[in-house]
Amino acid sequence: MGEVILEMKKIDKSFPGVHALNNVDFEVKRGEVHALMGENGAGKSTLMKVLTGIYTKDSGTIIYEGKEVEFHSTREAQDAGIVIVHQELNMVGHLTVAQNIFIGREFKKGIRIDDKKMNEEAKKLFDRLNIDIDPTMTMSDLTVGKQQMCEIAKAISHDAKVIVFDEPSAALTEAEIEDLFKIIRDLREQQMGIVYISHRMDEIKVITDRVTVMRDGCYVGTLITEESTKDDIVNMMVGRVIYEEPKTQSQVAKDAPVVLKVEHLNAGRMVQDISFELHKGEILGFSGLMGAGRTETARAIFGADPKESGEIYVNGQPVTINSPEDAVRAGIGYLSEDRKRFGIVVQKTVAENTTMADLPNYMKGLFIDKKKEREVAKKFVDSLATKTPSVDQMVINLSGGNQQKVVIAKWLCKNCDILIFDEPTRGIDVGAKNEIYKLMNKLASEGKSIIMISSEMTEILRMSDRVVVMCEGRKTGELMIEDTTQEKIMNLATRDIN
Amino acid sequence: MEKKKVPAKIFKQEVIVFLVVIALLIFFCVASPDFRKYTTILTIMDYSYYIVLMAIGVAFPLITGGVDLSIGTGLVCYSLAGGYLIMFKGWPTGLAMIVSILFGLAIGTLNGILIGVMDLPPFLGTLCTCMITRGLGSICSKNTGISWPTTGQPGSWFRSIFKYETAGGTKIPLGFLWVLLLAIIMHFVLNHTKIGRYTIAIGSNKEAAILSGINVKFYHIMAYTISGLFAALASIAYSAVFKTVLPGTGAGFELEAIGGAIIGGVSATGGAGSIIGTFIGVFVICLLKTGLPFIGLQANWQQIVTGLVLIGSVMVDIIKKKREAKK
Repeated sequence: MGEVILEMKKIDKSFPGVHALNNVDFEVKRGEVHALMGENGAGKSTLMKVLTGIYTKDSGTIIYEGKEVEFHSTREAQDAGIVIVHQELNMVGHLTVAQNIFIGREFKKGIRIDDKKMNEEAKKLFDRLNIDIDPTMTMSDLTVGKQQMCEIAKAISHDAKVIVFDEPSAALTEAEIEDLFKIIRDLREQQMGIVYISHRMDEIKVITDRVTVMRDGCYVGTLITEESTKDDIVNMMVGRVIYEEPKTQSQVAKDAPVVLKVEHLNAGRMVQDISFELHKGEILGFSGLMGAGRTETARAIFGADPKESGEIYVNGQPVTINSPEDAVRAGIGYLSEDRKRFGIVVQKTVAENTTMADLPNYMKGLFIDKKKEREVAKKFVDSLATKTPSVDQMVINLSGGNQQKVVIAKWLCKNCDILIFDEPTRGIDVGAKNEIYKLMNKLASEGKSIIMISSEMTEILRMSDRVVVMCEGRKTGELMIEDTTQEKIMNLATRDIN
Repeated sequence: MEKKKVPAKIFKQEVIVFLVVIALLIFFCVASPDFRKYTTILTIMDYSYYIVLMAIGVAFPLITGGVDLSIGTGLVCYSLAGGYLIMFKGWPTGLAMIVSILFGLAIGTLNGILIGVMDLPPFLGTLCTCMITRGLGSICSKNTGISWPTTGQPGSWFRSIFKYETAGGTKIPLGFLWVLLLAIIMHFVLNHTKIGRYTIAIGSNKEAAILSGINVKFYHIMAYTISGLFAALASIAYSAVFKTVLPGTGAGFELEAIGGAIIGGVSATGGAGSIIGTFIGVFVICLLKTGLPFIGLQANWQQIVTGLVLIGSVMVDIIKKKREAKK
């Protein structure tokens, strides 16, 4: 390891209602792989976005190669030699490898694009990385792993001195990860500073030199990887003790019947052999890190994505669910994490959204009975305490929490007994969160059964009667709330599956 | 928070377009003495029926966020098929009409399956059926022009549905009533039935509609079936108004219909629209088409002006959307 190439000191950044970064310190040395770890929402990405000019910091200093800098765009950061390799690849599938690497700064010969020169330059980059890719191949013909290597080649083609890898291994196979590590080691040899963001504990041990842990927007500490254990890191990640009124005991009756039973569900890489039971009146928490396959599991159960195999029983009866239509008929409602995209029709009114799933029951012959529709919408606005001037209000004009209530109303209107809440409080402010929690508890006490997918540890501990933990498409554990701790969940969520 | 209801907004759009129609009428009446004649009204009416009917139908695919390019050549195809049966096979007019309508329903449903089930892009899927119907039309008519029974001939009763001649020889554009009635019915269908509600939902947020457990494929198909049905109804209006229907024509009619719908407030990106608005919007196009020659601007100019008017109304839609997004 050489001298410090990049130092971020006392970085502070607030968004409306959220203190995203609170006095965060972070540094990278030349020839070092520095891991940045933390739960979802700990502030890792925000910090990197501040670094590369996507966000502007409120205060603090960034010192790069001995000088104080402030970038206003990724372009400026790139030109200075700081680049990010994103988790999602930014490639144009129809262009060749070389065309992708030099997109936006093509070599020209007169007015013509000089493809020959671009291919040569790309080849040089690949040689430097010791990888074997033909620059004239079409990008979409490459595997995800190879595409990522092109992304890395593109990054170093900017004459990079600091490279940030944002969860680079998420989509890669074992063998591809090995190749990736080889490249990262080469880059380290070449005295670059490397930031490695990942949730995978085993990778951190293998590839990194130091680990910095963040939590709730704060800097927690930096460890030397070689001298620390996995437990040390996990403890730093979850160290927090504050959470409001966690459930200490399951609220579900011992003899509560099983309303939903899923057996050996398989749907692609993200859903492998998932089995669990959901009892009447229970809130079953699904915990795990980003990309653990929880949403994919929910979508497969709901019929939104195809299943490969597995059985689903509702109230003891086997059911075939091949589409959301089937799921709704079986009494299952799904509240998506992305309300705007999947939950509500924003250009329509509260009343219209409420009856969306149950319209056949609001018909008078061929026509929609708008009076009845508004009555039922009114009923749910009152019982869920939705804040809206009237049921004729466009849903787009409601706040996030109230939009969520409209989606809940939609499924209650359809009389669904099994509700899957996927990140029910994402993007909802604190006060509204409490209301949604109260509402979920009320629904459970009324006999509805709830699956709650959540990336927030406090939410899981506060709401769940039982917790299922997933990691990389598999169920790694199931805990009764009585013996659930943050450490236990985090251990299961980062379990190495090999 | 804005408290305005969207129905009120659409209503407003309808009022604006209606005022544009009135303004155009006044303008042409002032600018050209020849325009101020009863026969002009008859001409405008004759030209409007088939475009209005196509526009009412195509509004549904447009509201789903798609388009139906096959209605123009489809119209000619259904008309040729029906006319051929009357002219060469001696079928009664009523029966031939039913064949035309079934033909339209079939092509519309085919469009729906291509787009709703097989996921072809609407532009491409209906472009294919556009070519297919053009070919089919020529085959049905054996490549010759076809005339449905003209006034005086047996079986010409259907012409008086659209233009009724009194004993005194006065021609009354009755068709306007029927077309208006159909527009009101379809306005109701769009706003008060499952088909309409789900058509809007598909155009506004298809994913949310699917995840609400709605049979989106079926309702997606229905939107195109409606479009096909109204293209067929338009084919009857067309056969009643014009003497001869020529194979190979029809391409381009759909653009006038789509233009009318969009002027009338159907969102160019789907998710919103009004059938009454569409009805009025078509008259903007028909008035321009009929009126401009009276002030000395010939066919080429009509097209340019119509194009400019369309750009204007699409811009209004886009600006509205952007403002909403900013809120």
